[in-house]
Amino acid sequence: MARRERPVDVVLVGFGWTAAIIAQELTDAGVQVLALERGEFRDTVPDFATDTIQDKLRYAVRKQIFESPERETLTFRNSADQTALPMRHLGSFLPAAGVGGAGVHWNGQCWRFLPQDFEIRTHTEQRYGRKFIPESMNLQDWGVTYDELEPHYDRFEYLCGVSGIAGNIGGVRQPGGNPFEGARKRGYPLPPLKRSASTVLFDKAAREAGFDPFPCPAANASKPYRNPLGVQMGQCTYCGYCEWFGCGNYSKASPQTTILPVLLKKDNFSYRTRCNVTRVNTDNTGKRATGVTYVDVDGNEVEQPAGMVVLCAFAQHNVHLLLLSKIGTPYDPTTGRGVVGRNYAYQITSSVDVFQKEILNPFMGAGALGQGVDNFNGDNFDHGPLGFIGGGYIALWNTGGRPILQHYLPEDAPTWGSGWKKAMHDNYLTATSIATHGSVMSYRSNYLDLDPAWRDDYGSPLLRLTFDFQPNEHAMSDYLTDQATKIAQAIPGATHHVKKRDGHYSIVPYQTTHNTGGAAMGADPATSVVNRYLQSWDVPNLFVMGASVFPQNAGYNPTGTVGALTYWAAEAMKRYLKNPGPLVAA
Amino acid sequence: MSMRDSERNKDHAPGHAPPRKSRRTFLKSVVAATPALGLPGCASRHGAAQARAPVYFTPEEAAFIDAATQRLIPADELGGGANEAGVTTFIDLQLAGAYGRAERWYMQGPWPRGTDQQGFQLKYTPARIYRDAIGRMEAHCRQQHGKPFAQLDPARQDDLLHALEKGKIDLGDIPAMTFFAMLWQNTREGYLADPAYSGNRDFAGWKLIGFPGPRYNYVEDIENFGKPYEAPFVSLVGRDPSAYLRGES
Repeated sequence: MARRERPVDVVLVGFGWTAAIIAQELTDAGVQVLALERGEFRDTVPDFATDTIQDKLRYAVRKQIFESPERETLTFRNSADQTALPMRHLGSFLPAAGVGGAGVHWNGQCWRFLPQDFEIRTHTEQRYGRKFIPESMNLQDWGVTYDELEPHYDRFEYLCGVSGIAGNIGGVRQPGGNPFEGARKRGYPLPPLKRSASTVLFDKAAREAGFDPFPCPAANASKPYRNPLGVQMGQCTYCGYCEWFGCGNYSKASPQTTILPVLLKKDNFSYRTRCNVTRVNTDNTGKRATGVTYVDVDGNEVEQPAGMVVLCAFAQHNVHLLLLSKIGTPYDPTTGRGVVGRNYAYQITSSVDVFQKEILNPFMGAGALGQGVDNFNGDNFDHGPLGFIGGGYIALWNTGGRPILQHYLPEDAPTWGSGWKKAMHDNYLTATSIATHGSVMSYRSNYLDLDPAWRDDYGSPLLRLTFDFQPNEHAMSDYLTDQATKIAQAIPGATHHVKKRDGHYSIVPYQTTHNTGGAAMGADPATSVVNRYLQSWDVPNLFVMGASVFPQNAGYNPTGTVGALTYWAAEAMKRYLKNPGPLVAA
Repeated sequence: MSMRDSERNKDHAPGHAPPRKSRRTFLKSVVAATPALGLPGCASRHGAAQARAPVYFTPEEAAFIDAATQRLIPADELGGGANEAGVTTFIDLQLAGAYGRAERWYMQGPWPRGTDQQGFQLKYTPARIYRDAIGRMEAHCRQQHGKPFAQLDPARQDDLLHALEKGKIDLGDIPAMTFFAMLWQNTREGYLADPAYSGNRDFAGWKLIGFPGPRYNYVEDIENFGKPYEAPFVSLVGRDPSAYLRGES
C-alpha cells in the first residue's frame, strides 16, 4: 500500500530548467509547489568546484554527470520491422539526472528559433506549395507564434545573462549580429564573449565564402551579471570545462546559478530528491489528475496528491510517463491516429575538420563560445530548386580541448601506432572543426511507444524509440555540409576532412541531446497532445514542458525555445489556477 | 511543506564559502570504486616494469596488456609510449572499478544480437570482456606461433592487432572488433586522462600534444592569437601527481 503524502497545490515531475522556472513563477503567484527529482541535489559548491569538476574521465568519458541507464533505459530500432533492443549505455544523446537537470551540463548555446519555424507548415505551403511536403512528413505549425513568444525569449535571456550581439531590434538590422533572426525588443543583456583564435579563423573564412558570420548567443557570462531575480553571476574564465560539466565559476546559466538561490528560500516551495515518479494518477473520469505516484530511495511507493501536475522531466521521459499513465491516445503508426509518442524528432549533425598551421590553443574555450552563420537555417534560403525542407546553422564552437574526446586527426592519419602519435603531436594545437547542426522533421514512421518486451527496475515497460534519418534530412545535411566545406576551403593553407552523416541513425556515437516531440503542442487535438499553452487536451490540470512539445525540430539548440515556452506556459498556468478549465476549447 | 523538506532546503541554502576539497578526498573518490585496492602504493616513474602489482589483471594478462598497448602507442622519438605512461595500471584500475563492472549500464537479459545501430548488446562487463578476450588471444598466439603475445616480435604483434581490429581473430562470444575498440579506447584514455588516474604518467600524453592540464582561468590568454601557452603542466591533484599517487603530498 502506497504511503500518502500531504496534498500540495502543484507538483512538478523533475527539477531541471523548466521546473525551476515554473516553481519560481507559481510560488511568486502564491501557490504551494513541490518538485520531485529522481537524482541527487547538486550545487556549484561543492559539486562543481573546479578541482572536482574538471575531471574529464569521470564526468564526460565515464558519463557520471549524466543519467545512468542502469535501472531504466529505452529500447531502440530504426524501423517498425526490426525488434527494438535496450540502449545499454549512453551514446547518441545524454540526458541528466539530478537537480538542475541537463541545465547543469549543457553548453549554454541559447538560440531563438526563426519566426517561420513556428508556422512551418503554413509558410512552406505558401512559398513552395502543398506538394512540396513529402506525404510521410507530419509537418505542423506550433499553435504559437514567434511574436507571442518574443517577450518570453527575452525573459529567459535576461534570466541567463546571455552574451551576444543582436541582429534585429524592432525590425532594424544591427551590425555584427545575426541578420536572419526574428525581431527582438532589445539587445542581449551582455556583450559577446571574447573570441578565440579558431573563431577568428572561422569568421574571416565565412566572410570570404560570402556568408554572414556572427558571435553565437552564449549563456556563458562575458562579464559579471546580476539577473532580474538578483542572482549574481561571474565572468566566464574560458576554462574549457563547460560542455558536459557543471560550471565552477557561476558563469554558465543553470537553475543553480540563476533561480535556485531565490527559489530555495521560499516557504511555499519544497523539493524531494531520489524520488522516481512512475505515473500520473487520474480520477475515475480520467479527465482530472489527482497527483503522482513515485518510488522513493528506499523502494517505497508513495502517493503525492496535487491540484495540478506539471511534467518537467527530459523530453522522452515526459512521453514515457504519459504512456504509462494512459493519458491521451497513444500514437498508432499503422493508422496514423493517436498522438502520444507521435512526432518524435531529433537533429542531424555533420562536421568538416580543418587542419592548418596557426596555433589555436583549443583548450581555451567556453561551452557556447562560437562564431556561426545562419544563411542556411530554416527557410533563410530558397529551397525550391533544392527539394528539401529545413536547414541548420554552421558554426565553429570552441568549447575546449579536453584531449580524450576533443582532438581532430587528418583522414589519412594512422589509427594507432607511431603514426597516430605523430598525428596527435602535429595537430592537437592547430586543428579545429566546423559543425553543422540541422533540423529534423517529424514522420509517420518515427515515434515513441511502450516496448512490449523490456521492463525497467520498477516493472514498467521501457519506452521504445523507433527512428531513422529520412531522405529529406540527408539531402538537407549534405547541402549544409557542402556549405561548411566552402568555409573550410576559404581558410588559407588548410586541408580538411569532410564528415557527412551517412546511412541509418545510430544510437552509438554522440550526436546531440536535442531529442524532441512525442507530446506535440498544437491547435488541433487530433495531431497534438497539448494545446498552445502546453496544457493537456485530455486532462486540463496537467501541463507538459520541454522539448517533448516540439511538433518537429528546428536547426538550433533547443534550450532558448524551451525556456521561452516555459515562461509562456507559466503565464497560462496562473490564469488556469484562477479559473480552472481548458484554456483552449477542444 | 513538510519538516523534512524545509530542513533539506536549509541544508542547501546557497552562499556558503566553498570548502577546499582536499587531495585526500579526491584520492578517496578515485579509489572508492576499487575495494581491493586500498591506497595506491608504489606507482613509479620508471615504467611498467616497476609498476605496482595489478589489482584486476593476472600477471599474464598484464603482460599481454603491456605488450599490446606499447604497440598501440609505442615509445619513439616523440617520447614515451603506453608503458612509460602507466597505461596498464590505468586500465587495470578501471577494470577493477565501476567501469569494469558496467555499473552504470543496463545489463538485464535476454541478449539477442542487434544491428550495429543498436550498439553494445553483450552480456559481459568490460572486465569480463578483457579476461575472456585475452585468454582467447593468448590461446591463438600459442597455437599459431608457439609463444604468448608478449614474446612475439613487434611486427608479428602489429599483424595480430591489425587482425583483431578487422575482426579476423575468433574470440568466441566476443567480437574481435569490439574488444579491439575497447582496448584502443582505454589505451588512449590511459595515455591522455588526468594523471590522477595513474595513467599519463609524468604528463606523457599531454606533453606529446601540448595540453597544459585542467586550468581555471584563460581570460588574459585567450586573445593571444597564435602564441603558444607556456605554463607548467598541472593535474587535478597538482603538479606532481606521481608523488601524490605515492601518498607523498
